[in-house]
Amino acid sequence: MDIEQKVKEIIIEELGVEASEVTLEANFIEDLGADSLDTVELIMKFEEEFEIDIADEEAEKLTTVGKAVDYLTSKVG
Amino acid sequence: MVKDKIAIITGAARGIGFAIARRFAGEGATVIIIDLAQDAVDEAVAQLTTDGFSAAGYAGNVVNGEQMAEIFKTIHARFGAIDILINNAGITRDGLIMKMKESDWDAVIAVNLKGTFICTQKVSRYMMKQRHGVILNIASVIGLMGNSGQANYAASKGGIIALTKSTAKELASRNIRANAIAPGFIRTPMTDTLKPEVVESYAKAIPLSRMGEAVDVANTCLFLASDLASYITGQTIQVDGGLIM
Ligand SMILES: NC(=O)c1ccc[n+]([C@@H]2O[C@H](COP(=O)([O-])OP(=O)(O)OC[C@H]3O[C@@H](n4cnc5c(N)ncnc54)[C@H](O)[C@@H]3O)[C@@H](O)[C@H]2O)c1
Repeated sequence: MDIEQKVKEIIIEELGVEASEVTLEANFIEDLGADSLDTVELIMKFEEEFEIDIADEEAEKLTTVGKAVDYLTSKVG
Repeated sequence: MVKDKIAIITGAARGIGFAIARRFAGEGATVIIIDLAQDAVDEAVAQLTTDGFSAAGYAGNVVNGEQMAEIFKTIHARFGAIDILINNAGITRDGLIMKMKESDWDAVIAVNLKGTFICTQKVSRYMMKQRHGVILNIASVIGLMGNSGQANYAASKGGIIALTKSTAKELASRNIRANAIAPGFIRTPMTDTLKPEVVESYAKAIPLSRMGEAVDVANTCLFLASDLASYITGQTIQVDGGLIM
């Protein structure tokens, strides 16, 4: 499965949002209604699913779906 | 009250921790004992399983984050959930401030305060996912009132109370409650070595005029871990016979 698709599926599952809302521009907190714990859980889920470690400094920058897709593509792809 | 719950208790090979483990096991919980030495853990677990209770144990040091993460992962994989965490492991290294060695300060803060933080941090990831959990931290009345000769211990226990409040606030939205228990003078193998005169002088200051029993602490933990306490979080409950009010 391609990374963008997998990332989107994880977000839909973790945040309980509709697929149509998960655009590349969508901000986790402002657009998808995540709170600070949700974002931590999301990063943990990415780490688990993609078997990588995401440093806190990197994690802080992953504020939108697109940024997460780009970052994970660069790490895994 | 805690039937079929998976409850982890640190420092539970003896003393108050073991009393909590026995009490919870008696109510049908599966108790998991964590303590420093493998043989002591095995012996404690054997005592419970011989009585027909459901128990398991792991040797570990609460200050070692990597080791604790590994243990919690194993427990979660084996039992499928972690419903209750009781941070009970604790030590004392008494001495007057003027004479206290930095190493004694560091050791007490490490085990009591950092150990509580580490276990809370590692276990909360499972509790967050499952959307429920109870964390109980064993503090002490010394953490509320201070004590001459126990600056390190008092600071660690006061720290635990503040940590408990922060934990309660951070995790409340995930249906995780956190409370502290502040025991007063409790009869354990440790306090059994005190001279009778000393015990009597302590008892004089206690309105209920006796030392507490480990089971008094265990009973309070049982209540706080159960759904009877479902609207209680971030609190410190004293189990001290009225020693401080
Ligand atoms: N006994 C009292 O009067 C009293 C009063 C107030 C609070 N408390 C608190 O209750 C708790 C239990 O006390 P107790 O009287 O049963 O003491 P205890 O010494 O009998 O038991 C403490 C247990 O913790 C274990 N432990 C110590 N360091 C550890 C570490 N780094 N990792 C894992 N396990 C470790 C020990 O091996 C021991 O089995 C402590 O937190 C103590 O501060 C006790």
